[in-house]
Amino acid sequence: MPQYRNWPVRLALLAAAVSAAGAAMAVLGDSPTHSQSSISTDSAANPQLIKRGAYLARAADCMACHTREGASKEYAGGRPIESPFGTIYATNITPAPKAGIGEYREQDFAAALRQGIRADGSYLYPAMPYPSYASLSDDDIKALYAYFMEGVPPVTEPAPETSLSFPFNQRWAIRFWNWLFVDEVSNTSSANHSRDLSGDRQQLLERGRYLVQGAGHCGSCHTPRGLFMQEKALNDQDGDEYLAGTELNEWQVPSLRGGDASGLRDWSEDDVIDYLATGRNRHAATGGEMTSVIQHSTSHLTDADLSSIAAYLTTLGATDKQRASSAPASTPSSHTAPDATTRQLTSATSLDEGARLYLDNCNACHFANGRGADSVFPPLSGNTQVNADNPTALISTILYGAQLPSTPKRPERLQMPGFDWRLSNEEAASLASFVRQSWSNDASRVTPEQVAEVRQAHGPGKPAQQGRPDSLDHAREDAASTPPSN
Amino acid sequence: MSITQPDVDVVIIGLGWTGSIMGLEMTSAGLNVLALERGADRSKEDFLYPKPADELKYGVRLKMMQRPRQSTVTIRRNRQEQAIPQRHWTTFHPGDGVGGAGSHWTGVLYRATPNELALKSFADRTFSPGFLPEDMTIQDYGVSYEELEPHYDFFEKVAGLSGQAGNIQGEMIEGGNPFEGPRKNPFPLPPLPRTLTDTLFTKATQALGWHPYPYPSANVSGAWTNPYGMQLGPCNFCGFCSNYGCLNYSKASPQTCTLDALKQRENFAYRTGCEVTRIVKHEEDGTVKGVIYRDADGNEVFQPAGMVILASFPLSNVRLLLLSEIGKPYDPVSNTGVVGRNFSYQITGSMDLYFKDHQFNPFISAGGSGQVIDDFSPDTFDTEQHGFIGGSYIYTTQGPGGAIGALRTPPGTPQWGSEWKKQVRQHYGHHMMIGTTGTNMSYRDVYLDLDPTYKDPHGDPLLRMTYDWKENDLRMTEFMAERMREIVAQLQPDYHTESVKQRGDHFDPSSYQSTHITGGAIMGTDPKTSVLNRYLQHWDAHNLFVMGASAFPQNMQHNPTGTVAALTYWSAQHIRERYLDNPGPLMSPS
Repeated sequence: MPQYRNWPVRLALLAAAVSAAGAAMAVLGDSPTHSQSSISTDSAANPQLIKRGAYLARAADCMACHTREGASKEYAGGRPIESPFGTIYATNITPAPKAGIGEYREQDFAAALRQGIRADGSYLYPAMPYPSYASLSDDDIKALYAYFMEGVPPVTEPAPETSLSFPFNQRWAIRFWNWLFVDEVSNTSSANHSRDLSGDRQQLLERGRYLVQGAGHCGSCHTPRGLFMQEKALNDQDGDEYLAGTELNEWQVPSLRGGDASGLRDWSEDDVIDYLATGRNRHAATGGEMTSVIQHSTSHLTDADLSSIAAYLTTLGATDKQRASSAPASTPSSHTAPDATTRQLTSATSLDEGARLYLDNCNACHFANGRGADSVFPPLSGNTQVNADNPTALISTILYGAQLPSTPKRPERLQMPGFDWRLSNEEAASLASFVRQSWSNDASRVTPEQVAEVRQAHGPGKPAQQGRPDSLDHAREDAASTPPSN
Repeated sequence: MSITQPDVDVVIIGLGWTGSIMGLEMTSAGLNVLALERGADRSKEDFLYPKPADELKYGVRLKMMQRPRQSTVTIRRNRQEQAIPQRHWTTFHPGDGVGGAGSHWTGVLYRATPNELALKSFADRTFSPGFLPEDMTIQDYGVSYEELEPHYDFFEKVAGLSGQAGNIQGEMIEGGNPFEGPRKNPFPLPPLPRTLTDTLFTKATQALGWHPYPYPSANVSGAWTNPYGMQLGPCNFCGFCSNYGCLNYSKASPQTCTLDALKQRENFAYRTGCEVTRIVKHEEDGTVKGVIYRDADGNEVFQPAGMVILASFPLSNVRLLLLSEIGKPYDPVSNTGVVGRNFSYQITGSMDLYFKDHQFNPFISAGGSGQVIDDFSPDTFDTEQHGFIGGSYIYTTQGPGGAIGALRTPPGTPQWGSEWKKQVRQHYGHHMMIGTTGTNMSYRDVYLDLDPTYKDPHGDPLLRMTYDWKENDLRMTEFMAERMREIVAQLQPDYHTESVKQRGDHFDPSSYQSTHITGGAIMGTDPKTSVLNRYLQHWDAHNLFVMGASAFPQNMQHNPTGTVAALTYWSAQHIRERYLDNPGPLMSPS
């Protein structure tokens, strides 16, 4: 379930800013208007158009929010986005007349997507990525509309109402936010890769750019947000913080910039394609929120579209910040001599607790060299989450495991077991510290307190018992009923 | 019948290797497929590290296996004895649940040789007339090696087979098995890393002029993505293979090679806890119209289907055919009927060598790790001169080194106490085993039928096995013991012990032999001597296909899984290319 923990503070700031800007509101007027576009009221949809709309709905990952996890009815909304000031529920976007968007005209639908304005004139919370969808073409809006009106079965049950407490229930205030942070349709071509490229390559890059910035709304997670929760850059013209990586739910969200050492610098275009199509490649296995994005969205994209996305991302240079502190390219090669960690683990003498725990729990798959196995067991050496400033993702993965999505090209739900049931806070901290400071890794140590916090936040959950041998239950019972002896 | 389910195109009985392969093939053909599995669902959750590494639960208590109280077999050695039920699995281990035997198998993946598939023809042209014993009933499979080769090749890619080819399109490759049939392609992956036992065995057998090669292993040596996009990770030699689910995605199994791909298909569904008790015939034309099963709640359910694919363990296949009264039961007295005929098994032997100065680390092991010679196969030397038809491969494998099963003590050691502990300490890790896995011919009085006395909880008779060793096969295994002694002499251990059969021995079901149970519903080209035609299609019911080693007319030395899978793809190909457009018998009797 997505949790945006930074929101309360930021929305409070937003509310304060809005209150102080009453005069500005007066100047702006108080009634939202739909911007003009070539959207027509003609609703004659053909199967081809509906099919294209279905594909675009995948590309835009509408399902991620508008379908409740595990629900059989698609797009019926109800998926809760938790926050301490209340729960935001994604809406029902099936064509049911009252519960859903059945009464939306095409221009209403376009306004919701691009401007965040509902048919009744009220504003959507910007959890809906309309700042990105603003760049969707008229043709694509038309196809999406056709799909949601005629390709999706109506669900008449309404999704739960979102009712936040004051001042967050003042949806009108979002208009001011929009005025500050949302561009009008920004479908301009970028300039930085227009010359010296063949027409085909140029077309590929443009398509990639369109998908990444628009439907894909990659920036929603991968671009750092500003004081008012706005994305600091909505496109590649908007600054080099676009897709420069950030943090979500305390998990590091990696940079997608092709020039960034912390981003995709060491990834080939094929690596990016593999990752988006299958959630795994030779560098990484997906985890956290991205699992669902791959499952429901990117694994359904055509090879051509994935190629264009990969091609486009490679054109994004390093950020200035990155350039200033750039580390030399780290290309782990199997031909180099074993590093100190590999030698230490292989000889298995004078091991500290972390190294011993690594051999007992991790080595079977990730190996003494920390390189795992291509596309099956992800490498730990150089791994983004292992080296993240915030170790939450690593701790969480050690304790609760991970599971890859089943995708058309790679159907296997490869699963890492959780070790919650057999590692104490101290042990998990030693292990995490070992992994963060071995091979090519160089990150801070992890404390037992940090592990305890992750355990606390997770609570007692079902995955905690993964991998635990059943015989232990009997062993414990036997031990409990037998007097201790020496 | 209280419940009738909606019709499906294909119902598959049993969701192991052959069931899941047929599921993939039939859904690819656009059919609606339902698989019914008697046991529980088994996903990777059940095999997460370190859960399977539990020798007591899986190695001793055999929790991956069919529960004898649910269904077992009765065993006798001849028609004069009273058959007794197996109340604990000893001599073989029938699997249970999704994945079936494909989840708990060892992972040794072989092909049959061209002559093994046409053994009767080979014997007729090789031996003097009258050499074969009169009661021996061996037959050809009716399908040739050349016909199966593409299907072997494909399944080896599905399983990520690791090893060294010996014969690629007629070109002999050093270090591979020179006696194998020609392969179109090399192995998908190189052999597993070599252990000390492999090295010693190689040296000894080369000195004897023989041709050692690495065990062909479906415990894979590297990362592998198969044609379905399913993935295997490199084996780490944890040693929990035979009787266990793999904890490392390293052993080819339905869980790692087929099931997640199959589950993605919208025209596929499966139900667990559903035990099929009858295949139901149409009264008019003898074809089948579906199955009756008991669901998890004990309800009796009729599942109508256009085609039935019987894909359970060989013993269950034969029993269900007998219970459903499809095909004529075999009668050894009148030598008529076919269902239950040509049941065969496997004859094995082993020697245990102790070396004070070698440390073998048996806890580093994999089921498919080892070194083998095929120099004494049925067609590689003059067996007639030694008085038998058949052969064995001779192999070594390191470990497994489990705390319960791997403890070896010298003869004369007490079974418990401080002396036992001392001997265990001294001997652990100093043993090397060599073994034989041999052919088993089929005979007129070795067969399966329904037991007249013992019944399962539904009141249906258990399957009865009438089985004993025969002189031909015992001569063969005596010959192999001599070859093993030659290897022992080369290796010069401090001492060795032997566990080999000899003439005069009788079948003893109280100790483990092998789970390579074959025959009883065999394939062939003559409905008078086979249940299935050469496409695994039932002679009497053209919309019933029966998968698995129950189709083998006699057992070969090589492990059955490769041939079981290749036959499944072969059958599927003919169903897809010929049967679906024109349902009816795929061949007429020859």
